[in-house]
Amino acid sequence: MNGIHDMGGMHGMGPIVEEKNEPVFHHEWEGRIFVMNRAVGAWGKWNLDASRHSKELIPPAEYLRMSYYERWVAGLVELIEQGGLATRAEIESGVPAAESVKVAPVLTVDKAMALVAKGVPATRNVPVTPRFKVGQRVRGRNINPVGHTRLPRYARGKLGVIDRDHGVFVFPDTNAHFLGEKPQHVYSVRFAACELWGDQAAPQDSVYVDMWDDYLEPA
Amino acid sequence: MTPDVGQAHQHEHEHQAVPSDPALRVKSLESLLVEKGLVDRAALDALVDAYEHKIGPRNGARVVARAWSDSGYKQRLLSDADAAIAEMGYGGLQGEHMVVVENSAKVHNLVVCTLCSCYPWPVLGLPPVWYKSSPYRSRAVIDPRGVLREFGLQLPEDVEVRLWDSTAELRYLVLPERPTGTEGMSEEALAALVTRDAMVGVAKVSVSKLGNVR
Repeated sequence: MNGIHDMGGMHGMGPIVEEKNEPVFHHEWEGRIFVMNRAVGAWGKWNLDASRHSKELIPPAEYLRMSYYERWVAGLVELIEQGGLATRAEIESGVPAAESVKVAPVLTVDKAMALVAKGVPATRNVPVTPRFKVGQRVRGRNINPVGHTRLPRYARGKLGVIDRDHGVFVFPDTNAHFLGEKPQHVYSVRFAACELWGDQAAPQDSVYVDMWDDYLEPA
Repeated sequence: MTPDVGQAHQHEHEHQAVPSDPALRVKSLESLLVEKGLVDRAALDALVDAYEHKIGPRNGARVVARAWSDSGYKQRLLSDADAAIAEMGYGGLQGEHMVVVENSAKVHNLVVCTLCSCYPWPVLGLPPVWYKSSPYRSRAVIDPRGVLREFGLQLPEDVEVRLWDSTAELRYLVLPERPTGTEGMSEEALAALVTRDAMVGVAKVSVSKLGNVR
């Protein structure tokens, strides 16, 4: 979707402010929402792409007003409700409904530590023929899906060169909407900075964007 | 708010008008999820502890120091980062597919996630507020040299800037240039010089920090 989250190349967002000796979490609740996202996610009611999309659906004005972890709260509440793990009334009250049956948590301490150590690979070991070769000239497709996509607006319609083939990965545009993983090759595509931003960019500078096969066309 | 909270965070909060206190909302949500048996409180505690105390940029610094000290390791790191980082005992969530890019006198690499906050957790920990902020996400890609100046790094005009936007599941670590004057230093001493910012690409590693290392 052409949302506020897709902000590469925008102006007017203000100065970058670096905090000295920054803590990992500024408030206890930030850590709690961060890890709850993982623990509830272990029920398998959604995937990483759906989780990202839940934050993109926050209306733009709210998105900009919220702190980073406030977006996580908003996103997780939506996912829990849509995943059928709790009702809106339960979330608002903080108390299980009378008919709610207590279950046993999926993510135990051992499983949580294994998750952190092993991760969740997004690659798929399936034979998929790459549509492009390293060194080939390509163009970012001019698509404007209303759903989730990881194709930033600034790369659409622009000419680049395949720099590296990273192998076969789950495709977020379908996976976020539970329409299948549609595994396909992901490439590092090199765009000359001047192709993206015009003459104001330095001629020797480049922007590398990781792009799925479906985001590209031959050029 | 704790007293050590700095400007970046205060700045964000000045603009907030949240309908309910997030601390209360999250507490209520956790209580509900625990009551329903959906989450295990001990697992939540263990996860918070891992990201607050065990996983952070010191991991990445050790990888960089080893690459500076061992040319065979550096080659493995640049050609198969996942395996080379695993050799050091690191890996896992949000570092499943790593790419290491090397800075030199001629090339400067810089990493961003314009679409959200993608960052190589196993080697750098969770990202700082500035990395996740709108100013960095919006500007790094269109004005990397201006962004670097804001971080106090003025690049010579003839240096090539490579900006890596983490739009997929690849996670990027910058291998900074080893500073001159560090010849003969141990890996441990070298690791102490390497900063998080240098491994994102918004700084260089400097020997001026040498005083901090014994």
